Amino acid sequence: MRAPRSAALLATTAALALLAAQPAAAADTIFYPSLVYRSGAYAPNGIPFANGVADYVAMINARDGGVGGVKIEFEECETGYATDRGVECYERLKTKGAGAVAFSPLSTGITFALTEKAPVDKIPLQTTGYGRSESADGRVFQWNFPLLGTYWSAADILIQHTAKISGGLKGKKITLVYHDSPYGKEPIPVLQDHAAKHGYTFEAIPVTHPGVEQKAAWLKIRQTRPDFVFLWGWGVMNSTAIKEAVAVGYPREKMYGVWWAAAEPDVRPAGDDAKGYNGLALHPAGADYPVHKDILKYVYDAGKGAGKREEVGEVLYNRGVIDAMLKLEAVRTAQKIYNKKVVTGSEVRDGFERLELTAERIKELGFEGLVTPLKVSCLDHEGARKARIHQWDGQKWVFVSDWIEADTNYLRPKMEAAAAAYAKEKGITPASCS
Amino acid sequence: MAELGPVLEVLLGGLMSGVLYSLVALGFVLIFKASGVFNFAQGAMVLFAALSLVRLAEWLPFPLALLVTVLIMIAVAWTVERLVLRPLVGQHGLILFMATIGVTFFLDGFGQTIWGSNVYQLDLGIPSTPWFLFESLFPGGILVSPVDVFATVIAGSLVLALSIFFHGTRIGRALRAVADDHQAAQSVGIPLNQIWLIVWSTAGIVALVAGMAWGSKLGVQFSLSLVALKALPVLILGGLTSIPGAIVGGLVVGAGEKLAELYIGPLIGGGIEYWFAYVLALAVLLVRPQGLFGEKIIERV
Repeated sequence: MRAPRSAALLATTAALALLAAQPAAAADTIFYPSLVYRSGAYAPNGIPFANGVADYVAMINARDGGVGGVKIEFEECETGYATDRGVECYERLKTKGAGAVAFSPLSTGITFALTEKAPVDKIPLQTTGYGRSESADGRVFQWNFPLLGTYWSAADILIQHTAKISGGLKGKKITLVYHDSPYGKEPIPVLQDHAAKHGYTFEAIPVTHPGVEQKAAWLKIRQTRPDFVFLWGWGVMNSTAIKEAVAVGYPREKMYGVWWAAAEPDVRPAGDDAKGYNGLALHPAGADYPVHKDILKYVYDAGKGAGKREEVGEVLYNRGVIDAMLKLEAVRTAQKIYNKKVVTGSEVRDGFERLELTAERIKELGFEGLVTPLKVSCLDHEGARKARIHQWDGQKWVFVSDWIEADTNYLRPKMEAAAAAYAKEKGITPASCS
Repeated sequence: MAELGPVLEVLLGGLMSGVLYSLVALGFVLIFKASGVFNFAQGAMVLFAALSLVRLAEWLPFPLALLVTVLIMIAVAWTVERLVLRPLVGQHGLILFMATIGVTFFLDGFGQTIWGSNVYQLDLGIPSTPWFLFESLFPGGILVSPVDVFATVIAGSLVLALSIFFHGTRIGRALRAVADDHQAAQSVGIPLNQIWLIVWSTAGIVALVAGMAWGSKLGVQFSLSLVALKALPVLILGGLTSIPGAIVGGLVVGAGEKLAELYIGPLIGGGIEYWFAYVLALAVLLVRPQGLFGEKIIERV
């Protein structure tokens, strides 16, 4: 009977020793949490994004030995796109390792929930192409970074484009079909403003989660025959919308999706019927960029790819890669500012705020042609607000417009007003930014 | 006449959506009628069947893939009977219901693990461009989707076949006997386990048909399992034990929710399609607790 007891004692001691050794190991790494959804209704869109993030981090670890000489400890947590599970993941991972450097929830709902937690825990929220639009005002939303473009920017860009191709929107009809969630409701104020300014009739039709029931919405569209339909959907809602458009004979050429409704999983299920469908593009699709060559070489050739080799370079995959790159650039900037290797969430926030991607730096990173230059500041947490329109030709996305920049003169005061109202409601003293 | 066109069109579209709900509801009714179990896993079975079919069809010719999927669904039925139902014979209905919730989680996860979580296109060769009827009568005609017509025909033939099966065959009678009382049925020599296997297999095949109809419409992906939620108000409305009830319930829910979304929705902010069916079902519950076609249950205490 003695032996097992001493063995158990030995095991316990070993386990304790391992536990004690852990902080030492953590000191030489930074912790990168990744909130993902690889299962559930939104998985087809969540998976390519998650793969892009995981592959880029793996490549940086393999090629450069980490960021600024520090290995990246990486962990995924499954949210299923549900806000409660997202918050649970955040709580579980925020203090892991040396402390999370930043979170990208990939859900506007989770972002809304974490916006109040981030300042308390001092961890930045990076929301590349999503999140609260007014959070671009860095004075009030000091911990939010809706990099590359908010939904208000997206709505503004769509109006600019449709006005241009149809010779003005006066007397036209625009219908928004939106996911009935914080995400889907974001563009409504901007589209309403523009309706008054441009003289078009605006109608918004909500679609409830997950968006598989849209027949009534599209029968209504068949009756009202709008000149353009904007689609603010996510996951299966997008492909269903395209199929329903086909079923009521609404031309796909007049449909425009936001950049979360313009990727391969949105059009492929509709097959040939999706031909002609348009969408906003924050960046191109394709795997011909230097960064992809490195991902294939260091990650896929080593048999460590998160997904299938042929899916590298899809729209949402590339967005994941860009999201990870921006986060690690913020870490690098923080390392420079504080002149140390292991940085905390609070220091990475400062890194985000002084993040600058020049054309030269983009080339160095292997992202030339994939992202446009961006400069974040204390006042402006968006950094850049440009997108192009691309169209599905049945096989691939083809650009049909040049880069269009959202109108800052109109958006900025609106954003500041909304941010000020939020600050007042929550009792936040805005930063002075001087 | 011009105003009547759109109303007719929505009504027709709604009725056809309703048929699709009926297809899912049918699976529930089948198992409840024959075994007294409310099978929460029906939605998961729809997803699992459709996923199996669409992924197998990538490797095998379509008819063979269909056959293999039918065998898979029978295997699922056999496994459920062996591992879940057999140990629970004679237990209260609620316990069996809870067990099927477990089966749901397992099938959802297992299906996605072996077949993947992507959206897969299921092309049954049905044209997707709409037909326009009575164009001379209404401006723009009445729009009908060929996919919906296909689903209606399939559902119709399925209901006919099942009605004959239940009322005209020995097995059908045995099934009904089991539904009334497990133990009494066993005592007169009805092989309970065999009956359960048959009925779960049939429900599996109904799930496959529903999965094909919904999958060709939406693409085969996880949301198919959520479609089952749409069958719940249909069941409340039509009654849990009635096959015609599932059909009529589906039609009422389908047409009701579409008309409500279009004509009541704008007054209260829209997006009511999702919960309208439940309100409708609740109203029916108040008047007829057993549903429109359900059997009135009299239990002596």
